[in-house]
Amino acid sequence: MKSNRLIKNGALVLLWIVVALFLLFPFYYAVVSSFREGSAIFEASLWPGDPTLANYRAVMTDQPFAKNILNSLIVAFSVVVLSLGLATFASYAFGRAKFKGRRLLLYTILGVSMFPQVAVLSGLFEIVRLFGLYNNLLSLVFSYMIFTLPFTVWVLTSFMRDLPVEIEEAAIMDGASSWTIVTKVFLPLLAPALVTTGLLAFIAAWNEFLFALSFTLTNEQRTVPVAIALITGASQYELPWGNIMAASVIVTVPMIVLVLIFQRKLVAGLTAGAVKG
Amino acid sequence: MSRRSAIDAARARSAWLFVTPMLVVLAVVAAWPLARTIWFSMTNATLVDLTTYDFIWFDNFVVHAEGRWYGIFTDPQWLRALWNTLVFAAVSVSLELVLGVIVALIVNASLPGRGLMRAAMLVPWAIPTVVSAKIWQWMLNDQFGVVNAMLEGAGFTDGPIAWLGGSSLAMVSIIMVDVWKTTPFVALLVLAALQTLPKEIYEAAKVDGIHPVKVFFKVTLPLIKPALVVAVIFRLLDAMRMFDLVYVMTGSSEETMTLSVFARQALVSFQDVGYGSAASTGLFLIIAMITVIYIMTLKPLGQEKAA
Repeated sequence: MKSNRLIKNGALVLLWIVVALFLLFPFYYAVVSSFREGSAIFEASLWPGDPTLANYRAVMTDQPFAKNILNSLIVAFSVVVLSLGLATFASYAFGRAKFKGRRLLLYTILGVSMFPQVAVLSGLFEIVRLFGLYNNLLSLVFSYMIFTLPFTVWVLTSFMRDLPVEIEEAAIMDGASSWTIVTKVFLPLLAPALVTTGLLAFIAAWNEFLFALSFTLTNEQRTVPVAIALITGASQYELPWGNIMAASVIVTVPMIVLVLIFQRKLVAGLTAGAVKG
Repeated sequence: MSRRSAIDAARARSAWLFVTPMLVVLAVVAAWPLARTIWFSMTNATLVDLTTYDFIWFDNFVVHAEGRWYGIFTDPQWLRALWNTLVFAAVSVSLELVLGVIVALIVNASLPGRGLMRAAMLVPWAIPTVVSAKIWQWMLNDQFGVVNAMLEGAGFTDGPIAWLGGSSLAMVSIIMVDVWKTTPFVALLVLAALQTLPKEIYEAAKVDGIHPVKVFFKVTLPLIKPALVVAVIFRLLDAMRMFDLVYVMTGSSEETMTLSVFARQALVSFQDVGYGSAASTGLFLIIAMITVIYIMTLKPLGQEKAA
């Protein structure tokens, strides 16, 4: 009986190791490749061999990659702040108030979150041109609201609904306005939810590719995904894989660290956004 | 006036005030651009000059002229992109669902190190899509890729395989990368559902000596069905609009071009806003249909417990 369980657990552990290897190997290989230089990178071995930082140096000096990172940070932060600001108030109305048209609006917002981005591309092009925002980071901040806003509203609404009603009742009896209730009573209570939602929106904005590719032109204005996708070598036939892997590692490590720190909350936020229909 | 109705009245008064700014932004970034895209789909506008164009009704979609058919619905490249998108969505979502459930069941087994496993699952999800596309492109490189090196080293193949070259293997590769990247997401949703299941049922089943496989199909699967439906819908919509993975890994190659890649190519690369908008509108209609079906299956929102 006992040895039976031992075998079963042994098999499970083996399965875990196989799954974990499959999940983690590509990133491991990117790290290994990023430390190899010259012809060593083409050897396809599983160890770095003679590790060097040359690729990291090249990616920071040969192209405006630091500027690209800064661009991504500016865009992602602005998008998060704007979305959370608008969504907090909207989610108070959706989560706590009963008003006509509430259900229809929520479904519309859910619908918007499922839009294919390419379906608004020509319309957005027109607006971006009209306001002279082509090749300007503002065009990205503006267009990213289409996917961050529905998502933040949806998730915050589900968190807002679960807050205790007694606190709000007391505040209303004390004569507090709705504005005061949202900013002074609910905002502090929502802080953990805001961190989770903000982080998910940040990741979405950090990763966005289609709008960033279409609305920016020069390398100086590019965000990191576009910069990485468009890194080119000295000639058309040479792709600098070492540089690409170094750039990939630079932008991925902070994401992985953030996700691992907040893992429990992120999973809760993802399921709140997905399951609570 | 009762306490409760006083609260309700106060909330309702401010509700619209609080919702309006968000709605205005959504109208400007979503509703208006979508309306313009649909409008442009019935014109011959070009990206060079978006202000002068002729209105041509549905000629971008389908038209018979001078003995030939024109328009996206008769364009072999668009039909190929439609086929690619459907194959990609159907195969990758099915694989992700099956593997996601298996991984969730494995991780759900109470063993030490479960937390580590869950952390490992988040890694592919945390890597930006463009970055994972680049990493896999490098790993699948026909001459220097580690995948070919490992396959050869293990004696499975004796020559390099052109994974991303122009063949049906390219689609297989892209599906594989998508499965790698998003199976963890499905697994996490399923895991969350598994952890809400009552333990008593399983203990009872164990006492009664019911085979675990039977327990899974008769008890677990029906109970986690709502989570599975959500996972499938989210993944399906994502797969139907897939752009970045395909664009980065194989560019505009015919074998893998999806509807989004086709639409952007017409719109930006060929500057044909009319035709590109028609392609975008086509994709939008397909996705809108799936969305409407999904929303109709949801429990009516007004019926959840009052706050």
